[in-house]
This record gives sequence, C-alpha cells and structure tokens, in this order.
Amino acid sequence: MDAVLLSRIQFAMTALFHFIFVPLTLGLVVLVAIMETKYVTSGDEVYLRMTKFFGKLFLINFALGLVTGLTLEFQFGMNWARYSKFVGDIFGPPLAIEATVAFFLESTFLGVWIFGWKKLSKKMHAVSIWLVAFGTNISALWILIANSWMQHPVGYVVKGGKAHFVDFMDAATQPFALLEFTHTITAAYVVGAFFVMGVSAYHLLRNNEVDLFKKAFKIGAAFSVFATIAVFLTGDLHASEVAKTQPTKLAAMESVWNTQKGAPMYLFIVPNPKEEKNSVEAIGIPKALSILAYHNPNATVKGLKSFPKNDRPPVLITFLSFRTMVGLGTLFVLIAIFAYAYMKRDALLDKRWFLRMMIYAIPLPYLAIEFGWIVAEVGRQPWIVYGLMKTANATSTAVSVSQIVMSLIGFVALYSMLGIIDIYLLIKYARKGPESAEKITAESGGY
Amino acid sequence: MLNTIWFAIWGLLWAVYFMLDGFDFGAGILHPFIAKNDVERRLVINTLGPVWDGNEVWLVTAGGATFAAFPTTYAYMFSYLYTPLFFILFSLILRGVSFEFRGKIQSEGWAKFWDFIIFLFSFLPALLFGVAFGNIFEGLPMDAAGYHGTLISLLNPYGLLTGIFFVLLFIEHGALWVAIKSTGTVSDRAKAVASKTWIILLIVAVLFLIYTKFATLLYNNYFANPVWFIVPLIAVISLLMIKVFMKSSYIKSFYASCLTILSVVFTGIVGLYPNLIPSSIDKAYSLTAFNSSSGPYTLKIMLIVVVIFVPIVIAYQIWSYKVFSKPLSEEDLHDEEVETY
Repeated sequence: MDAVLLSRIQFAMTALFHFIFVPLTLGLVVLVAIMETKYVTSGDEVYLRMTKFFGKLFLINFALGLVTGLTLEFQFGMNWARYSKFVGDIFGPPLAIEATVAFFLESTFLGVWIFGWKKLSKKMHAVSIWLVAFGTNISALWILIANSWMQHPVGYVVKGGKAHFVDFMDAATQPFALLEFTHTITAAYVVGAFFVMGVSAYHLLRNNEVDLFKKAFKIGAAFSVFATIAVFLTGDLHASEVAKTQPTKLAAMESVWNTQKGAPMYLFIVPNPKEEKNSVEAIGIPKALSILAYHNPNATVKGLKSFPKNDRPPVLITFLSFRTMVGLGTLFVLIAIFAYAYMKRDALLDKRWFLRMMIYAIPLPYLAIEFGWIVAEVGRQPWIVYGLMKTANATSTAVSVSQIVMSLIGFVALYSMLGIIDIYLLIKYARKGPESAEKITAESGGY
Repeated sequence: MLNTIWFAIWGLLWAVYFMLDGFDFGAGILHPFIAKNDVERRLVINTLGPVWDGNEVWLVTAGGATFAAFPTTYAYMFSYLYTPLFFILFSLILRGVSFEFRGKIQSEGWAKFWDFIIFLFSFLPALLFGVAFGNIFEGLPMDAAGYHGTLISLLNPYGLLTGIFFVLLFIEHGALWVAIKSTGTVSDRAKAVASKTWIILLIVAVLFLIYTKFATLLYNNYFANPVWFIVPLIAVISLLMIKVFMKSSYIKSFYASCLTILSVVFTGIVGLYPNLIPSSIDKAYSLTAFNSSSGPYTLKIMLIVVVIFVPIVIAYQIWSYKVFSKPLSEEDLHDEEVETY
C-alpha cells in the first residue's frame, strides 16, 4: 500500500472515531444545561439529580472526544504536510481561532462545572455549563468553516505555490460553511435528544425513577422535534448548495451518469460504476431531482460522465452513504413526532414497544452522522481542496510507509481499547440510574 | 515586525503550555511515589482535576498558532518529527482518559493499571517534548533533499540531556504544585521531593547551559546583543529562588518555578530567533519567522484575535484557579466519594 492510501485510511479512521463521541458532546451538553436551568429556576430536586445523572454520562463521553481531537489537529502536519504548507495561511486561522475562542472556554468551565458544585452559587454553576455548551458549539462552527473551505474554497489567491487569504470574512461567512455548521450541529442535537430519550425509555420500562425519567424524556422529545426537523431542512438547503458548488459530489450522491434537464429521481437504484450506468432504476419521480437539487423542475443536473474519469469520486460508497443518511433522517422526524405525541398524551408507559424501540434507536443518529461525513469527505475526492488540490498530492513526503503503518496499528489498537472501555462505562452508568436524593446533596464532585 | 511579534507569540504559547501542563506531568510522574494508597492517589489526581484540561488547550493553541502563523514550519516540524509526535499523542490520549476512567470501576487492579498509565504517559511526553526542543535548539539535518534524521538521531546526547532537564523541571514543578494543593502527609512528602529534586535540577540546569554552548548556536544572539542575557539570568535567579522560598512559603516557590519554566523556554526562543527550526547542515534551509510564515493579511487577523481573546482566556483561567485555591484534604475526598469518581 502506498503512503497516500495509508494516510487516508488513518485519517478516515481517526476522524470517524472522533466523531463517535463529539456529536453526543455537542448535543448532550445543551440538554444538560437545560436540565440544570430547570433546576435553578424551579428548585425541583429531581432536575438536579437528572442533571447529575446525564452530566456523568456526558463526562464519560466527553473525555474521549477531547483527546481524540488532538490527533486530528496534529495529523494535518504529520501526514498531510504538503497540504498544510499549501493551505496553512487559510486553514490554520480557523483552527487557531477554534482553540483560542472555544476550546479554552469549554475546557476551563467544564473543570469548574465538574468540581465546583460546592464552590459556586447555583446560578454561576448553571452559567458554567452554558459556557461549556457555547464553547463546544462555537468550536464546531470554526472547524466546519475550515472544512467548508476544503469543500468550496473562497476568498483566496494562489501565489508562489501557496494559497493566501484575500478575504477572511468570505471564508468565515460563506453559505456552504453556515449550512454545513447548522446541518452538523442539529444532527448532533438529534444524537443528544435520542440518547436522553433512549436512556429514559430504558428506565421507564423498568419502572425506575418514573417521575425523573418522564421529565427527562419530555425534554428529549421536545428537543428532538426541533432538531430532527431542523436537520432535515438544513440538509435540503445544504444539498442544493452542494449541487451549486460540487457538481461531481452531487452526481455521485444521486448516482447520475448522464446530464439531464428536469432530472427524475429514482427510489431504487443499483449503480454500476464499471459500465458507467445504473443497472437498476425503478420508481422514478419525474423532475424530482432537479427540484431537490436546484429548487427548479427544469434545472439541468450534470451527470458523472461529463467529468473526466479521474475527477470523479467513488460513486457506490457516496451514493449508499447518502441514501442511508437521508432514509434515517426521515425516520428520525417520524420517531420524534411520535415520541412527542405519546409524551403529550401521557401514553408513554402504555406504549412499551415504543419505549423498547427508543432504546434501539440510540445508535441510529450516530450512524446517520457518520454516513454524512462519508458523503462529505469521500464525495469530495479526488480533491482534498475541491478543484484546487488533489488528495494524492497532499501527503507528507518525509514520512515513510513503515512509519504510517506503525502509527496506524497504534491508533487502531489504542482506539479499539478506549472505545470499548468508554462504551462499556457509558452503558454501565446509564443502566445504573441516578443517585438517591440524600447522596446527591452531600456530594461536591471529583475524580 | 509582524513576523517577529508572531515569533514571540509562538514562543509564549509553548512557554505557557509547559508552565501549566508541566505540573500536570510532574504530579502524574510523582503520584505513585508520594501517594501510598488509593485515597492519597486520588488526592493528588484531584488537585489536577479542575485544571489539567484547560492547561492542555495551550498545546492545542500552540499547535494551531504554528499552523496559522508558520504553516511551512508546522508542515515540516510535524512530518519530520512524525514518530516522536505519535508517541506524544499516544501518551496525551492515554493520560487524559485515565483521569476519567480510573475511578469508574471499583477494583484495585483497575485503579492500579490506570495509576501506572498516568505515571508512564506523564513521563514520556515530558521527556519527548524535551528531546524535541533539544533537537530544535541544535537544528535538524535538513536541506534541499528534505530531512535526513531518524528517531535514533533525535536521541543524541544533547537531545537527551534537554529531555532529562524538562523531566526534572516538571517533577520539581509538580512536587511544588502537590505541596501547596494538598494537605497532610501527601503534602509533606511532596515538599521533601521538591527539596531533593531541586539539587539535581540545579546540576542538570548548569550542565544544560554549558552543553548548549557546544551543541548549539543559541548563544550567538546573546553575544551579538548582550542585553538579552537578562533572560537566562532570570532563569537562574528564579531557579535559585525556588529553594530560597522553600523556607518561608511553598506558594512562592511554586511561582518561582513557573518563572523558571517560562524563562528557560524563552532562553531557547531568544537564542533561536529568527529561526523556528534551524538547519544543522545548510543554513539556507533553516525555517525562519520570515521564510515559513503566512502572509501579512493572515498574520494581522490572527494578531487581532490573539490580542482580544488571549487576555480574556487568561482572566477566566486565573479566576478558575482562584475558585479551587483551597488545598484539598482527604476529608474533601470522602465528601466527594459520594460522586463515586
């Protein structure tokens, strides 16, 4: 195997692993902050115990998201030195801003929040978790601004073999970035909401802490209605932005080979990349693809064949990932509406099948979000910066294949071990349920 | 001018990182030795609990700032030092999760395993950061054909001496941290370690300053402009003050240790200027603040960000240290035991 492929495998592996933990961090922190706010405003102890219970799960999850993020920042220089040299002028600033503006806020106030139960006033303690929530969300914004520039570079000139900024605000406020951010962050909220609902469902099925978990489910359900609809709408807008800016990705997402005006959309497609066609196209909806991609029934959708072969992304994986993500996203809207309706009618405890399903639904938003990243990153290939730099030209020349093999084996071993432990601990503490009221009032937090 | 300011910020970020995560490393290395049972170990770990995470962000910022301000240096430094950086990453990941994992399963073997992880992976990055900076001070063998070093060539005598110097600086720093942040026997043992380590640290510091004359070109800047000798002078005085203050106040010793680390790092940074990484074989291929930087537009924007946000960060981090200013006692832990961390 060559260094490019190995570097790509390592980046994909470390990024996808990182993103098992980050979405829950992003989503759950907002929910925990809402819970603690309810405690402060209502004075109801049940919200304090809820905050501490979900707060502990948040922390177990947070640790791994944090440390695996370090790998990604280092990796740009370690494995992608030619890329880093070429784009550092543009790609470095959002990363540095992310650390300065967001990571410090998040990490410092998380420390204060964990250990400060007895050192701060109730209000200041709740403010701390909101600052953590703000910090995590802002950090997502900056990293996605950076990623968006790789998807759709703007505000730059290339001089002396390097990209240079001409307009920072162009890159920071381009529609692609704002859509990628809102789509990703609301997807993370879905992860958080389904997590809270699923864990609550587990305990409701066992008649454990019914009052607490009904209230928690209620918070999760209300949040999930907002989040699932938002992720759906931003997804639609994001896809039409992709159609405008990354025609090869859109063509691969939909497995469109021939350029068509008023393109239909087929519910069932079996792509056949070898023969550059689809073996099966069934149940077509006329003009649907043109409408979805361009919001215009007669718009022209460019097919893959209108691009040189070596400028096309891998079709099958992009297509399947996109379809799965969209299918799951649609399912989430339905589940969220049902959850909210059952909760409103106070029928949750009677719908045991639904509660059981909610437990098994916990991993689904994770899957959707990982598939989303596969669409974004694999669909961008063969480019590392769309239209500007090929992935194959971006690796480090000074790093040998054997070095990458060693680090890849190291990461796989380390991440497998940590992933197993972390998920085991999450399940263990999720099952254990909240502490009793007497214990909660005595404790002040700590390792 | 802009490039020089960024060179100074680059140095400052690394210096602050070592000053803060330095005591985390030191306490992590020491905890199996100054804490004799589980409660005492938790005491040491809990002194780091509220702050280690925020300390580590200075590394993320130093890395991000290198990327943004000196992308060429970032690209070469990180790919040339691939394997040592991999080990540093590996260590920081394991050390980070070990704080969270350690108390989550009630088993003696489990806790002992993570205690060992905390020790080993606090020691390793402390050593490797020192080795890396020692090699940067010496210069890396790079020319038009790229990089000619290996992992073994990094472990040269000067690199190793710098590594040991960093480890000792951090042990001293960590011992003083535990001394002022805990109470009872743990604090007493930490004080004893701080006192004993200081003498070895002093000897190694003197060796380092002498060896630097022979292994590097760092002193050239000082002889060209002797006013800069103030920086290593501060380093030496603050190192001596650590010991002097031990008689009256360990808190003052800790502050002296902070100043020691800052001024040691800046002794190197001043000597390096304008190089971020000198080439040891062909000066024309040294990476400098001028030939490896971003354009002036990016540097200006980043300077604005730094000038606005870094003071805010420093303000709330100082506030957070104040919130947890009271030393921890074993009773505090019993109180916290309810949380079962």
